[in-house]
Amino acid sequence: MSAETAVAQGATSLDLAGPIPGGGEVRLTVEHLTMRFGGLVAIDDVSFQAADGRITAIIGPNGAGKTTVFNCLTGFYKPTVGRLALHHPKGEFLLERIEGFRTAQDAGVARTFQNIRLFPRMTVLENLIVAQHNKLMRASGYTVFGLLGLKRYREAEEKAVELARYWLDRTLLTKAADQEAGNLPYGDQRRLEVARAMCTEPVLLCLDEPAAGLNPRESQLLNQLLMFIRDEHKMGILLIEHDMSVVMGISDHIVVLDYGRKISDGTPEQVRSDPAVIRAYLGEDEDEEPVGETAAGQESAAREGDERDA
Amino acid sequence: MAAKTSASPAGRPFDRQAMLKEAGATGLVIFALAFGLLGFRTLDVPGGIDIQYRFGDVAAAVAIGIVGRIALILLRERRPLPVLLTAPPLAVVLLVVLLSKFLFGPETGAELMRFLPFESLVVMWAILIVIVVLGLRAARVHTHMTSVMTAEERDARMDRIGAKVQRAARLLGPLLLGIAVVFPFLPFADRRLLDIGILVVTYIMLGWGLNIVVGLAGLLDLGYVAFYAVGAYSFALLATGLDVSFWVALPFAGLMAATAGVLLGFPVLRLRGDYLAIVTLGFGEMIRIILLNWYEFTNGPDGISGIPRPSFFGLALFKRNVADGHAFHELFGLEFTPIHRIIFLFYLILALALVVNIFTMRIRKLPVGRAWEALREDETACRSLGINPRNTKLTAFGIGAMFGGFAGSFFATRQGFISPESFTFIESAVILAIVVLGGFGSQIGVVIAAILLIGLPEFFRELQQYRMLAFGMAMVLIMIWRPAGLLAHREPTIRLFGKGRAKEAEP
Repeated sequence: MSAETAVAQGATSLDLAGPIPGGGEVRLTVEHLTMRFGGLVAIDDVSFQAADGRITAIIGPNGAGKTTVFNCLTGFYKPTVGRLALHHPKGEFLLERIEGFRTAQDAGVARTFQNIRLFPRMTVLENLIVAQHNKLMRASGYTVFGLLGLKRYREAEEKAVELARYWLDRTLLTKAADQEAGNLPYGDQRRLEVARAMCTEPVLLCLDEPAAGLNPRESQLLNQLLMFIRDEHKMGILLIEHDMSVVMGISDHIVVLDYGRKISDGTPEQVRSDPAVIRAYLGEDEDEEPVGETAAGQESAAREGDERDA
Repeated sequence: MAAKTSASPAGRPFDRQAMLKEAGATGLVIFALAFGLLGFRTLDVPGGIDIQYRFGDVAAAVAIGIVGRIALILLRERRPLPVLLTAPPLAVVLLVVLLSKFLFGPETGAELMRFLPFESLVVMWAILIVIVVLGLRAARVHTHMTSVMTAEERDARMDRIGAKVQRAARLLGPLLLGIAVVFPFLPFADRRLLDIGILVVTYIMLGWGLNIVVGLAGLLDLGYVAFYAVGAYSFALLATGLDVSFWVALPFAGLMAATAGVLLGFPVLRLRGDYLAIVTLGFGEMIRIILLNWYEFTNGPDGISGIPRPSFFGLALFKRNVADGHAFHELFGLEFTPIHRIIFLFYLILALALVVNIFTMRIRKLPVGRAWEALREDETACRSLGINPRNTKLTAFGIGAMFGGFAGSFFATRQGFISPESFTFIESAVILAIVVLGGFGSQIGVVIAAILLIGLPEFFRELQQYRMLAFGMAMVLIMIWRPAGLLAHREPTIRLFGKGRAKEAEP
């Protein structure tokens, strides 16, 4: 156990010094991120980097702390320890110091949610217009010009609709634009949430299990959308995902968490063959037992592995 | 499921015993209620109080309950024939008895009326209406075998009706506005009707103001009357203390109310739903109690009297003889009547209400308005999109309160006298009821609900004692059938296709 940890931590510091697995310019640097809830350590000293124009997947068994990392990044939680540096064209933002909603407003970090959070009684188009709130708010002179019906605001709104239209076309939702978002099929709602996040014009997109509950066809559509965002918009995407076909299919860089610690970090090929990852997912095997651990340690580790599988 | 039962109505097992049991239970409940409520009545007699026993009425109530329940069960079980056969003759007999005074002369009428239970004829008329409705439903079941719609069918149908009314609202809105504009000049518009009109429009304005907070931003506010009070007192104190005219004081009163709204907003930002409702309820009471106890400033329970009437835009006064300046009737060369002032007040409140309406219509299509609605739908998602929930909520509270304040100033200048008694919780409840009944966020719904809740009861003042009963009944029925309100149809603020339609949603 202790030997493993040492190896993992060693790997961490090495990674941050060298280039990012999968290549690309650094967009986000997470250093020594720790999040405690009372006595519970949800994330324990996790460090990794995410690149621009690449898809970085965060994977791990249930309860590994993936969503907590996201909540720290997007301002929903304040991390106990750690530095979350976003390398933005406007300069560097320290995400841990920014007030919740400003993470999206100023730093340009957009996110989606594990359980879809659309505005169900508003139409699809309205969902995308609301996402451009701050831009439109300025254009409407904080409502004053808008109330007077000035041209400046109307033009801004038309531009906002154009942007919405662009993402509607990309997510194949154009026809449903005037429908209530809550009435869309599940897969469409997932894609709409991605489109809505993109309408905030972010520099980093965080997707929390976007493929959860999708059928293979919908999953395929989503993959295409994410690759389009990565390739055409050169956007960094941070992705939490359980569906291995999605993860292995589209990600350039994978970070594996288990019990709040990082256990592996590398390209999909590296991670796939990493014994620590296999142990975390499949439980410990008799043949692969690491040398130097006590029998009791093995037993408990194996039991934990079984429980996780169940 | 519905298709299956309608296909084999007779094939379905029918449990007579269960039916009797259910009807018996109904009878017991009614007995328990009626025994205390109906069975005894205290009478003032010379030398004290006497008790009148009305066990006949109790028996009648129980019997009516049991029979009605059986009829309902039969309809539910799709066996309409017994109901269909008994309802019409019963209705005819009851109608004949009720009208016997006119049909056979007063003496025979009185004789026949004695057979009826209950003293009040209103109750008998209500029972007659119920019998007719049951008969009609039985006829429907008999012909269609599908009278009982499922909840979804009914919801879908009501939604369609809501959408239709909303579409009609584009015509209905201008139509109602037209009626309102010519209303003071209609031949039957006397002082009493105008007063009712002013009252209704005041509540429409309050409803529209509250609709911003409750309907759009989704913040359940049970203390809206506080802002109404702040507006009224701001104006009253300014006008009586500093001699400020209505037109100068109006914006100030709105500002004061908006400030109160923002002050309330700050501590409740973190609260949602029920908790928010409780705090706003407390805030409403706080304002009233401050007004009641701060004697030096607000004159306490004595209230403020001698609040000046509004002038005709500062140009003329509505008085017979004006020492300095002009009188309205002289300015326009008319004969003096006190109704001029009432008509002016009516137009004043109409204009104020329209300002609120146009403002709401416009702001719904602006980023703030959309953010309010988004906040109502999902606050977490709003934060993730970079919307500042604090400021957005505060603007909703502030603007809603400001309109409440305007309405309050109007109330003060119309009444000429205000006291804390005018701003009790029941006012908040009525305004909220208007919004809920009309349908959250629906502008025309508020108008209809205000007419139903404020206008109709004023007309039927003779039935005073049944007013609250009908009010409560209406609310219960709405909550069962239409929990989102009468016209809860939401018109999108922007459309990708057919944008022309979005522009026409003005009042």
